Amino acid sequence: MRRTPRDSAESVRKISRRAVILGGAQLGFAGILAARMQFMQVEQADEFRLLAEENRINLRLIPPTRGQIFDRNGLIVAENEPSYRITIVREDAGDVADVIARLSNLVELDEDELNRALAEMKRSAPFLPVTVADRVSWEDISRVAVNAPALPGVTPEVGLSRHYPMTTAFSHVVGYVSPVREANLSRYEDPDPLLRIPRFQFGQIGVESKYEDILRGRAGAKRVEVNAVGRVMRELDRREGEAGADLQLTIDGRLQDYVRARLGEESASVVVMDLEHGDILAISSSPAYDPNKFVRGISSADYGVLRDNDHRPLASKTVQDAYPPGSTFKMVTAMAALNAGIIGPEETVWCPGHLDVGGRRFHCWKRAGHGHMNLETSLRESCDVYYYDLALKVGIENIAEMSRKLGLGIAHDVPMSAVTSGLIPDKAWKRRERGAEWVIGDTVNSAIGQGFVLTSPLQQAVMTARLAIGRNIAPRLIKSIDGVETPSMAGESLGLNENHLRWIRRAMFAVSNNRRGTGYGSRIADEAYRMAGKSGTSQVRNISAAERARGVINNRDLPWNRRDHGLFVNFAPYENPKIAVSVVVEHGGGGSSAAAPINRDVTLQALFKGDPPLSAYPSGDHARIKAQQERISRERQTRDPEGTSRA
Amino acid sequence: MSYLEYSVKTVPAGLRKVLYLNWPLVLLLTAVASVGFLMLYSVAGGSFTPWAEPQMKRYLLGLAAMFMVALVPIWFWRNMAVVAYLVSIGLLVLVEFFGSVGMGAQRWIDLGFFRLQPSELMKITMVMLLAAYYDWLPIRKTSGLLWVLLPVMLILLPTFLVLTQPDLGTAILLVTGGGLMMFLAGVHWAYFATVIAAGVGGIATVLKSRGTEWQLLKEYQFRRIDTFLDPNSDPLGAGYHITQAKIAMGSGGWTGRGFMQGTQSRLNFLPEKHTDFIFNTLAEEFGFVGAVSLLILYVLVMVFCIASALQNRDRFSSLLILGVGLTFFLYFAVNMSMVMGLAPVVGVPLPLVSYGGSAMLVLMVAFGLVQSAHIHRPR
Repeated sequence: MRRTPRDSAESVRKISRRAVILGGAQLGFAGILAARMQFMQVEQADEFRLLAEENRINLRLIPPTRGQIFDRNGLIVAENEPSYRITIVREDAGDVADVIARLSNLVELDEDELNRALAEMKRSAPFLPVTVADRVSWEDISRVAVNAPALPGVTPEVGLSRHYPMTTAFSHVVGYVSPVREANLSRYEDPDPLLRIPRFQFGQIGVESKYEDILRGRAGAKRVEVNAVGRVMRELDRREGEAGADLQLTIDGRLQDYVRARLGEESASVVVMDLEHGDILAISSSPAYDPNKFVRGISSADYGVLRDNDHRPLASKTVQDAYPPGSTFKMVTAMAALNAGIIGPEETVWCPGHLDVGGRRFHCWKRAGHGHMNLETSLRESCDVYYYDLALKVGIENIAEMSRKLGLGIAHDVPMSAVTSGLIPDKAWKRRERGAEWVIGDTVNSAIGQGFVLTSPLQQAVMTARLAIGRNIAPRLIKSIDGVETPSMAGESLGLNENHLRWIRRAMFAVSNNRRGTGYGSRIADEAYRMAGKSGTSQVRNISAAERARGVINNRDLPWNRRDHGLFVNFAPYENPKIAVSVVVEHGGGGSSAAAPINRDVTLQALFKGDPPLSAYPSGDHARIKAQQERISRERQTRDPEGTSRA
Repeated sequence: MSYLEYSVKTVPAGLRKVLYLNWPLVLLLTAVASVGFLMLYSVAGGSFTPWAEPQMKRYLLGLAAMFMVALVPIWFWRNMAVVAYLVSIGLLVLVEFFGSVGMGAQRWIDLGFFRLQPSELMKITMVMLLAAYYDWLPIRKTSGLLWVLLPVMLILLPTFLVLTQPDLGTAILLVTGGGLMMFLAGVHWAYFATVIAAGVGGIATVLKSRGTEWQLLKEYQFRRIDTFLDPNSDPLGAGYHITQAKIAMGSGGWTGRGFMQGTQSRLNFLPEKHTDFIFNTLAEEFGFVGAVSLLILYVLVMVFCIASALQNRDRFSSLLILGVGLTFFLYFAVNMSMVMGLAPVVGVPLPLVSYGGSAMLVLMVAFGLVQSAHIHRPR
């Protein structure tokens, strides 16, 4: 069809007009697009850049190396050893079942762990490593490494795990670490992100627990670039963490190990305290457990054995158990009386074998009576009546005050778990806790460390130490943190009359060195090292009047758990005190027979810093001591081969 | 003026026609396509495979097709308009039953050497048909009701077929493109005013209906609208892709993070980075400067089309050139709006840059028509 020129012209004009309008609109829209680009890429660029960085960058924690623990001479008590595990990456393995079958020919794989690993593999991204075997031996790891070409996707990995080379010697002091639990986290308001790492090792007991935050160190971090599905593309940078601080204990590992071997399977505790700074040279509770088992995760069978053992290996008896101190408390009663000016050292009390107070008869352990007793003889022979008499005169409040001055009834600040304050009773305490008035019989019982009085072996050591040097010395367990020495705990003077202290010390010397002393059988022969001590025997049961009439049953004839606790405390050397030792043998019978020999052996070991010459012992004991020393040194070598060689 | 009026002798003949091609347009198209090659090379992590190399081959193929179409006189193409339209409709119906469904819900027919998407073809054949229709229609009848309803039907038929695929993006392009063709042809303002008013009213009604008894859309469809309006409301769900796309875009800053240094695309945070969202990679790696440069190239293509149309006194040619330019504009305008968070994500590729065969070939053929109209314009 032909169009007229007019039509054509009109068509062109109309199209042109509308094309220009539309073109203008298009340009306008392009302008909007450009403005949007400018807004996003110039105005908001920083904001979007930040979001892009957040997208691609992931922060990964690098666990720090846990601080090591040494004894006072640099012997390793807790270290970090390499721990090997085997992981599989699903996407590299291809046929997972086939690879695992081949792997199980080389390494023994735990069925449960394998099933858990397979389940985890199904859940997680294919490029993430899944652990199929943990705590694998070096031999197994080598076998896997050698066969690597046949095991696609299998990687042996190494990490660090806590190890306690001294095994049972330090279990109650240092404690152990184990995988962090929910309960551990509740300790913190804002827990360290490290604690969110599965199976991260956390101090559960003892020094490991009390110094957890210092030992743990600070996490390092690496920034990695990840893609949209979380695969790590590369590491951008890393900031190394700070290793945990090393701790040095005041404990002498060699002495601690000796004590462990000396105690054997006895249910007993020993505390050795240095009198210069209050350093705990040894603090041992027996029997003990192997902390390494807890690091690995103890089996319920093994744990059951420990829990059901009537010798209570899990208990840290030195600090968490409190016993009636028995006659070792007599020094406190005497000091209280001397301090109050009630008696002099030579004043005597007549002991007929008993004392009647308030219509009740209190017996002396020696039924026949001791006759005239003064301060020295009464302590030496452990006459009870003498102290009944003193207590009645001085009163419980003075005794309680003296007890606290000497470090009883208060929880000492040592970084171990469940440190008890023991119990020093007074009138207010009985009214408050028992809802009853104090009676005179309570005072009489307290005078000889029975009744309500309870002290821990550590407190006993502190008491002996304070008597030995007259200063407010307190126990110190940590010698240095990260090389920085902790303050000395030597303390100030107690402000006690030096003469009183001298009389008490002389009486204690008589206990160990006078032919009639209860500790004479366990005396030290070498004059330069002679010790001053006091025995104690604390009854676990009440002796009824009927039994007393029949004759008190000998300890040996009683079942183990009804026998008396044997206690002995001492300091040495007498002329120039260096150490204080406290020993409690649970259900061991009398203190002088059950505990005192241990005090002597430990004292000599501590003073000689090793096996003492036989000449330090009375000649009659030489053969027995020689046999014992040989037995113990044999035992120490077999049970703890590293202990001595690493020093 | 119609082609019947002009003296054929003044039109270049034979290979001489090559000299009369609109060469600036060819260069512009090549420049745009080259940006595409560069970005496809980048998103593949510095590799010609799997995208850059096939894309280059297709472009060369497209260039050849463009020249061939350009050398054929425009009046031949005018006569072919109805046939092309019918073939396109036929193919659309065919894919309804025999086509394969791929990403983006577009259906294609596998021709062996490439996959033909009839919906892409439809965009151009509809422009041809409408240009031919208004060339045939006496000008005074342009705004007659019947003569307006007829092209509306011609537009809505393929739109309906495309919607059932369902390919919302192409449907929008078809309706908008067709409507604007009618506008260019001179249909009266009142029609457009009515349609726009009705559209706005309709959308308002739909949005108002939410939560009432006569709710017009399903709840999930409303949620999609929410996500578009505020992608951050669902950052890990449907909003994730657009949020990541905007991060890629915005993090480019003034000059970008450097060629192949875009973390969003390299680390796969960016979705569909070689197709619909390729612009974000460009914006991330070359920044505002790069993004605006591409926009300027596109605008220049559009401007050259309008200029060519204004020079052309042939009604069919003018309308065709404007229609192709318009289609090209709609492609990049909708794609850019959507990847910059200005419009919902509807699956429209960036013309000549996004990886894809049909769209590129169809566009090159369309520019062949533009070139033909340019060469064979009345002088």
